[in-house]
Amino acid sequence: MNSLSHAVRDSSTMLRRNLLHARRYPSLTLNLLLTPIMLLLLFVYIFGDVMSAGLGGAGRSQYIAYLVPGLLLMTIGSTTIGTAVSVSNDMTEGIIARFRTMAIHRGSVIIGHVISSVLQSVASVVLVGAVAVAIGFRSTDATALEWLAAFGLLVLFAVALTWVAVGMGLISPNAEAASNNAMPMILLPLLSSAFVPVDAMPGWFRPIAEYQPFTPAIETLRGLLLGTGIGHNGWLAVAWCLGLAVLGYFWSASKFNSDPK
Amino acid sequence: MTNPAIAANGLRKSYGDKTVLDGIDLAVPEGTIFSLLGPNGAGKTTVVKILSTLVSPDPASGEIRVGGHDLAADPQAVRAAIGVTGQFSAVDGLITGEENMLLMADLHHLSKREGRRVAAELLERFDLVEAAKKPASTYSGGMKRRLDIAMTLVGDPRIIFLDEPTTGLDPRSRHTMWQIIRELVTGGVTVFLTTQYLEEADELADRIAVLHDGRIAAEGSAEELKRLIPGGHVRLRFTDPAAYRSAASALREVTRDDEALALQIPSDGSQRELRAVLDRLDSAGVEADELTVHTPDLDDVFFALTGSNVPTQPNQPTQPNQPNQPKEAVR
Repeated sequence: MNSLSHAVRDSSTMLRRNLLHARRYPSLTLNLLLTPIMLLLLFVYIFGDVMSAGLGGAGRSQYIAYLVPGLLLMTIGSTTIGTAVSVSNDMTEGIIARFRTMAIHRGSVIIGHVISSVLQSVASVVLVGAVAVAIGFRSTDATALEWLAAFGLLVLFAVALTWVAVGMGLISPNAEAASNNAMPMILLPLLSSAFVPVDAMPGWFRPIAEYQPFTPAIETLRGLLLGTGIGHNGWLAVAWCLGLAVLGYFWSASKFNSDPK
Repeated sequence: MTNPAIAANGLRKSYGDKTVLDGIDLAVPEGTIFSLLGPNGAGKTTVVKILSTLVSPDPASGEIRVGGHDLAADPQAVRAAIGVTGQFSAVDGLITGEENMLLMADLHHLSKREGRRVAAELLERFDLVEAAKKPASTYSGGMKRRLDIAMTLVGDPRIIFLDEPTTGLDPRSRHTMWQIIRELVTGGVTVFLTTQYLEEADELADRIAVLHDGRIAAEGSAEELKRLIPGGHVRLRFTDPAAYRSAASALREVTRDDEALALQIPSDGSQRELRAVLDRLDSAGVEADELTVHTPDLDDVFFALTGSNVPTQPNQPTQPNQPNQPKEAVR
């Protein structure tokens, strides 16, 4: 067997292991889903009228349309906190030491985590999307190609955040630390254009909202789903994703390959 | 010993200023059990971690070969030859025992059918059939350790590292584990075993190395090591000072302990030598209040080599070691 098919085989074995964990113990993933769903319901039903009035909108349904793309991306951020926690948990297990002393593809442990996490992100996005549709979100103007692009963006974004989260999990000595270290994943969307447009924010705050990965990704997704202008946000979002993925990959690889403590 | 299973020269490792291993040499012939003996913190686990490619040795170390492969140049070839059961059980607690076994089979690239066969066979051999469908986290200590070794055996390794395989096990599980280890070697496997229990090394190992302060303090068979220190003795204790004095003059070669009214006579503990001592006491008309026979065991060797005082235990010298007793408490 050559080394590529080795890598594929070992990684898919590790993926099966991670999916088995996720299926046996779904509570972590499901708990993390609560935050975006709660925020969705809160901002639509409690703050919805005020928010849409403040944005000069016609009503609640328009605010739902504005809100959902941001919350879909926030769902990915939230899921990757779970990734950091489960990677950190896993590293404290003796089984990882065993894997390191076996003649298996070195990266397969991490690759298994990444693919499993991306799949969980996609499943979570589908769930939150279903809730959004149930409370009135519609994306009727989008073409099939735009739908496909939107899906691609969500997956790419999940891959990027997951690699970073894996690195965070690897540097965390325990689950609590991992959960804290991965906090930006859910804080950044709160500071982005997910809930209100950047234009409506105070001037001093705008750079914080603008120069971070969530805002361009949200604007791009919004454009794809609702037909609003994307502008330079598309390229910015892709650049952020690729940059974070590459950075997270090298960070994780160097941490995993260094001698365990 | 043309091609030892494990050969290490000048193995060194330090973490920051702290030197854990200060240049140790090891040579383990194929098909034997080698035991690395030492107290907690002596560096036993570090040796296992290095030889099993888990951590890298200091660059100042000499050549290290495991299974004929150079550790630094070809770690994957070393990994293909070895199996490791660490001190802390290397099982995935979230999945069942059977799933753990199948995971190993997949990682060794066995076919589905072959994997199932090997997993079922090993679960049977290690008495885990009943528990096979339960999550490994629910297993008892002994069961986890058995699953751990079963997982190690899936790839049919030629060299097996066992890092303190019986620490924390109850006596029955410990004897089961010893039986398992003995069976491994009959199949030609080389076993590298670390332990803090002298009894265990004595029971199992062909050769024993005593690790102390990052160096090998002594190496040899259990018999050779026991020969390193002064032999056994008979100890007689008296309550009557007069009887003590007449016994001391009736016997030759005695070491007197006037305060305790005890005499120590060098002896191998054989029936003949004991009778000689008793005959002399009889003809002198004295009777000892207490007679104990002390034969040298690995404990004596260990304490002699690691620089601690040999604990004199006049009341129960021939009693077997108690492995569960922390050695620090004895010292």
